[in-house]
Amino acid sequence: MSSKDPLLDVSGLTKHFPIKGGFPIRRTVGAVQAVDGLDFSVAEGESLGLVGESGCGKSTTGRLITRLLEPTAGTISYRGQDITHASRKQLAPVRSEIQMIFQDPYASLNPRQTVGKIITAPMEINDINPAGGREARVRELLETVGLNPEHYNRFPHEFSGGQRQRIGVARALALEPKLIVADEPVSALDVSIQAQVVNLLQKLQKELGIAFLFIAHDLAIVRHFSQRVAVMYLGKIVEIADREDLYGNPRHPYTRALLSAVPEATADETPARERILLTGDVPSPVNPPSGCRFRTRCWKATDKCASEAPPLVRVEGSREGHLTACHYPEVTQSVAAVPKARTAPSGPKLDKNTEDPTAGA
Amino acid sequence: MTIPTPQAATVVEVEDAKLQSTAGPSTSKAGDGRSPGKMAWLRFKRDRTGMISAYVVIFFFVIAVCAPLIAKLYGKDPYTTYGQNDTSLLDEFGSPMLPNGGISGDFWFGIEPGLGRDVFTFLLYGIRNSLLIAAATTLLVTVLGIAIGITAGYLGGKTDYLVGRVIDILLAFPSTLFFIAFWPVVLSILVPPDENTPVWLTVVSLITVMTALGWASIARLLRGEVLALREREFVEAAKVTGSSPARIIFKELLPNLWTPILIQATLALPAFVTAEAGLAFLGVGLTDPTPDWGVMIQRGSDVYQSDITFMLFPGVTMVIFVIAFNLLGDSVRDALDPKTKR
Repeated sequence: MSSKDPLLDVSGLTKHFPIKGGFPIRRTVGAVQAVDGLDFSVAEGESLGLVGESGCGKSTTGRLITRLLEPTAGTISYRGQDITHASRKQLAPVRSEIQMIFQDPYASLNPRQTVGKIITAPMEINDINPAGGREARVRELLETVGLNPEHYNRFPHEFSGGQRQRIGVARALALEPKLIVADEPVSALDVSIQAQVVNLLQKLQKELGIAFLFIAHDLAIVRHFSQRVAVMYLGKIVEIADREDLYGNPRHPYTRALLSAVPEATADETPARERILLTGDVPSPVNPPSGCRFRTRCWKATDKCASEAPPLVRVEGSREGHLTACHYPEVTQSVAAVPKARTAPSGPKLDKNTEDPTAGA
Repeated sequence: MTIPTPQAATVVEVEDAKLQSTAGPSTSKAGDGRSPGKMAWLRFKRDRTGMISAYVVIFFFVIAVCAPLIAKLYGKDPYTTYGQNDTSLLDEFGSPMLPNGGISGDFWFGIEPGLGRDVFTFLLYGIRNSLLIAAATTLLVTVLGIAIGITAGYLGGKTDYLVGRVIDILLAFPSTLFFIAFWPVVLSILVPPDENTPVWLTVVSLITVMTALGWASIARLLRGEVLALREREFVEAAKVTGSSPARIIFKELLPNLWTPILIQATLALPAFVTAEAGLAFLGVGLTDPTPDWGVMIQRGSDVYQSDITFMLFPGVTMVIFVIAFNLLGDSVRDALDPKTKR
């Protein structure tokens, strides 16, 4: 995968939302640094998971790549073509190749249009005339996503959340994209439906060879779906690695904390993992901490973390392609690197620590 | 696609759906979904008040449109001074001879005191003119409000700010006072002092001024709606597929705006009817020889002490019309937007 040319290459991607204020003349008084210098790439047919807590800039990243938002700095190139500041007309040929699945299936479908119209629209706009006509293609797509083709003339309000999300998937597929940005595609759905939709996306990825940028906050789903995972914190990628590396050998303290928070579905006999409870809140992206952005909540933070921003590099002991942005990376397969004071102060925590989440879930 | 059997089944289903849609035109598409509009129509049909007021409103519009025909069948016109021509109709003080304002088989609603015009045809033509002005104003106001409101909401930024301030000023503007103060000025510019003001000029300027001062409220409402809709994900989805702004406005936004537009328009029309009548009553706008609801009420106020019947007809019909139209507006809102139901 890494040997191929990347389908999507993002470097130094930055988005600052200006904050306007002042009276009587409004001017920019600050900026929300939603995304601050992201570097990653997505190979053809690959699924890159993007995880992080609320407000860390995941969705902004997705919207920057689909060019719903204008990047402040950095470049986005698709198959070597720079699309960072391309206009709507310049984007047209690329549009059909990068599609998006939205978070809220209740807001992402126009309530006044039939399912048929919703899925036909992308073909109309891009002037695509599939063999057999657009209607036949839409019915085929409906079947692909597991809906009854007879639902062609139904309206979105007649469907459940899961079915609506399938309609959204069918709309994204209508243009036969090469890359789909899925912005938390299942977080608004029931847990039982989540699995169905994720399995559908996985099937599409395998059968149609579509690359995914899968944005989620649910680590279990990302693990199920993505070959590579990037962890974001406050607008920056703190760690990016192959799935097994990231889940089995997290090097960034934040990744470890995140992974430790995944609930375990284990029986009582198996020893529980140690849980790391992060204290405090995510700092405001208007005024992020100097140096390493995670330092305010990190149990390892030193003066160096405050003065120097750690670069996203391969740290000692990591495998190829495993990049971590930390001055004091976690020890490989470390067990007791977390001081007791920062862990859960009470609760049914067992002392037997197992630092191998692959065994769970 | 992969296995032949499901595909065959699909083809059959497709044919079924096609048969269904061709067999049942628009009314009974069992296989099709119920559109939000269709559901609103069903809700509206269940609303008794709404249906009755709709019939009343339609009745008014029908008689307004058919006024010349009705007048012809009835055999009189609103301009002839029957009381002057036939001395048996009015007494020496100008009041009708017969009781109840001179209602008789010949003059169904009686005759006007003084000049002796036929009240029935005068009222018919009055309704016709009033509704024409109000309907034209409503139409223009709605079109202008949609255009400006959507533009401001969709473009945002400086345009939105500018339009917002203009709307603020217009909404704070005392439009009736403005009209009374500037009407003579405008007319003195447009019409030479030795000529009569042509009726068409009066009507056109009435519509123009009411439109110019009336679009602000609907524009503000739609601006807000567009601001809310523009951030919705289906608009973003359209952008991701490469929609042009025009397509987004007409195909994605506008269909979702018909509800507020329709509600606003149905509530605005009776307001314009009363506004126009108020202006006519105050002596600006349409004046006496031209039949009009407001002109008629003004004339009635001169003679009500001797003949209350003459005031009664325009007053009562206008009250019925405005109440019916407002109730209709409420029902339309309830049908289109069930969440706002009290």
